[in-house]
Amino acid sequence: MVQFFQQLINGLSLGSIYALIALGYTMVYGIIKLINFAHGDIYMIGAYVGFIISTKFNLGFFPSLIGAMIFCAILGILIETIAYKPLRNATRITALITAIGVSYFLEATTQQVMSTTPRSFPALLPAGGIKIYGVGISYQQIIMLFITVVLMLALQFVVNKTKVGRAMRAVSVDSDAAKLMGVDVNKTISFTFAIGSALAGAAGVMVGIYYNSINPLMGLIPGLKAFIAAVFGGIGIIPGAMLGGVLIGIIETLVSGYWSSLYRDAVVYVVLIVILVVKPAGLLGKNVKEKV
Amino acid sequence: MSVLVVKNLTKNFGGLSAVSNVNLEINENELVGLIGPNGAGKTTFFNLLTGVYEPSEGSIELKINGKMKSIVKVKPYNITKLGMARTFQNIRLFKELSVLDNIKVAMNKDIKYGFFSAIFRLPKFYKEESRIHDNAIKLLEVVGLGEKRNELAKNLPYGEQRKLEIARALATNPTVLFLDEPAAGMNPQETNELTSLINKIKKDFNLTIILIEHDMSLVMTLCERIFVLDYGKLIAKGTPEEIKNNKRVVEAYLGED
Amino acid sequence: MKKNQFTFINLCWLVLIVFIYFLINILISLGVLNAVYQTVLVTVMINIILAISLNMIIGITGQFSLGHAGFMAIGAYSAGVALKLFSQSTGFYMGIALGMFFSGIMALIVAIPTLRLKGDYLAIATLGFGEIIRIIIQNMKVTNGAAGLVLTKVADWKIVFVFLIISILIILFFSNSAIGRACISVREDEIASETMGINTTKYKIMAFVVGAVIASIAGALYAGSFYVIKPDMFSFNKSIDILVIVVFGGMGSFTGSILSAIIIGIINTALQSFAGIRTIAYGIILVMIMIFRPKGLLGSYEFKLSKFLKGKEENQ
Repeated sequence: MVQFFQQLINGLSLGSIYALIALGYTMVYGIIKLINFAHGDIYMIGAYVGFIISTKFNLGFFPSLIGAMIFCAILGILIETIAYKPLRNATRITALITAIGVSYFLEATTQQVMSTTPRSFPALLPAGGIKIYGVGISYQQIIMLFITVVLMLALQFVVNKTKVGRAMRAVSVDSDAAKLMGVDVNKTISFTFAIGSALAGAAGVMVGIYYNSINPLMGLIPGLKAFIAAVFGGIGIIPGAMLGGVLIGIIETLVSGYWSSLYRDAVVYVVLIVILVVKPAGLLGKNVKEKV
Repeated sequence: MSVLVVKNLTKNFGGLSAVSNVNLEINENELVGLIGPNGAGKTTFFNLLTGVYEPSEGSIELKINGKMKSIVKVKPYNITKLGMARTFQNIRLFKELSVLDNIKVAMNKDIKYGFFSAIFRLPKFYKEESRIHDNAIKLLEVVGLGEKRNELAKNLPYGEQRKLEIARALATNPTVLFLDEPAAGMNPQETNELTSLINKIKKDFNLTIILIEHDMSLVMTLCERIFVLDYGKLIAKGTPEEIKNNKRVVEAYLGED
Repeated sequence: MKKNQFTFINLCWLVLIVFIYFLINILISLGVLNAVYQTVLVTVMINIILAISLNMIIGITGQFSLGHAGFMAIGAYSAGVALKLFSQSTGFYMGIALGMFFSGIMALIVAIPTLRLKGDYLAIATLGFGEIIRIIIQNMKVTNGAAGLVLTKVADWKIVFVFLIISILIILFFSNSAIGRACISVREDEIASETMGINTTKYKIMAFVVGAVIASIAGALYAGSFYVIKPDMFSFNKSIDILVIVVFGGMGSFTGSILSAIIIGIINTALQSFAGIRTIAYGIILVMIMIFRPKGLLGSYEFKLSKFLKGKEENQ
């Protein structure tokens, strides 16, 4: 039982990271129906920015976190403006391949600038932890969970209570209608990219600290899994991404803990396929049928 | 002799009944019209009959080889094989295929060669392809599109796209043909041409035709009997003359005062 | 309408193919095509097989698959394991046959649940399946896990060339038949297609399975040509590489796929010594193509010898 709760805690920490990345996927998909394959790489770049701030400028956790978030937000806007904006009316496959191109570009550039060898991330958070009935929780995990929850609450506030959040929701329902109602669609999309990328940047820094090692291809698999998480919860639905992320994290740690870490990824894909076949719109989504 | 019998047909979307409790019989070689205000459930009714939607309740029976058989829960492509064909309100041609290939696709079910004949280009392949080719050209000539057979469907003018859709439906060799607003968006001259085309194919192909149309003059001149739907319910049926003078129909269109 | 395959045009094609074969032969004996270029040649030919088979699924049938590398892996490992167990060429051909068989079965298993999905969802589901295939291979004993297999080379460029021609023929014959027309109608409008008596599910599955079987041939040829196979080579990045060839050439155009595999092969070779810069450039080029030429090099254009010879198409 202790072991089970231990796995659950570990899964929750990992899942909260997936959830942060998944939010970016889901918001971008919700608003322009693009699977932003480069999103995982933005998370990777967030980790590198945090690494540079903490090692080159000797700054602590919060400056690294905030710095990475700001940098990623700007990067997100830039990518959207340069690569995706000209493709607003293109087919989805065209947009998807563009995103793949951006992903290659970000990975290769990072490899070129920072070299392909993994870097060890400085320990910005206190070591050690506490034990509750034998279940260990490290301070890192506590802080990670806390920050994730704070960011998600902030996001919920922005999306549901602010003017720009209302514009985001309007554009995602019908961008033409939103435009006619005076919403600046391009600005809203940029803003969505900025928020999604900032969240991914934060996830990057926290993963860097958690695993203590970063490399230019680190965004690939977590990016994919976060995307799966977004689909799992219902793509385009913000609470769905949070739920999906946490569930994927927990499933993954439980599989590693009780079966074999070799099949960890395979199980995640199986879950994805099952959910797509049984309920393609995701856990929290609604099925829509084509009108004839 | 009825060819199509619909009993208690109902389709609910959520709490809304798009078609509710409709009963009707259609006789062989009849040309009937289905009219009603926008949103009356006409297209939904077509979608139910052609298997695109599954009914919530009720039965649909089609005459197949002299016997009436239920076609509820039969897949759309099998319903087509049983002799029902249709066109769409918002033209659904295979845009990037040539006019000729649009017809050939609809003839696919008659092609008697399989995967291996195709891959190994066996004699059967060439024999069947040339048979289909000739049949398709013949059919295109009937609707007057013979000259345009090598053009892409998307490049045809609007009126001809409608004609091609009818030809494509005919290519499935139907006994019952459903036309969903065939005259929508046509000018008077095109509508006239369409009227004579519908009469011609009805005779030449020995068809039963059911058409949805908003152009009342077309419906009144063409149809032998008319059914009127309103809010998913069948509110009237009869000859054009009877329908014109039916109080409920007039109310449905103009609103009660 | 032609009544059989013995037409003038087909004869011309045959002559052209034989000509290319001897041209390559001569270039090799003259030393123009050295060992390095021969490797490039084989890679390009294998990529053509992969690209046209994927194009049949995506461009012709309109089903967006991101799991093509998985089927390539099945072919590669079937050939690899057969090569380990049996004598060289017997093992190789047996491996190809086995690979086609397993790939077909696996494709059926993948296709039946996933092909009900559309667009992005289908892409992600096939991606998942491709990765599952890779992970299974990575955890099997007979495939030697993550370390992969070291093999002897059994296929020279001639064998690859022959299989390339066979693959192209199968795919062209498939696409230019009633089956191919049905597949295109599925791509164009699934509901209309269904209403015209086309069992859309059947045709989607057919195209998917045939595409997967052909991809497995490419995998087997890879195993027979390049000494080493590892599960990592068949990750979803490989699927994306194949997709890039297809999209760059033009979805729905087999001529485009062939041309684009050749061009990308040449670019890759030319930039060999700038490995780092190459991927950066690759990314930029990809984005630029999508922005400025989203339909790829050729759109849906097909090269037809008949048009080329007579200036205009014969009246079919």
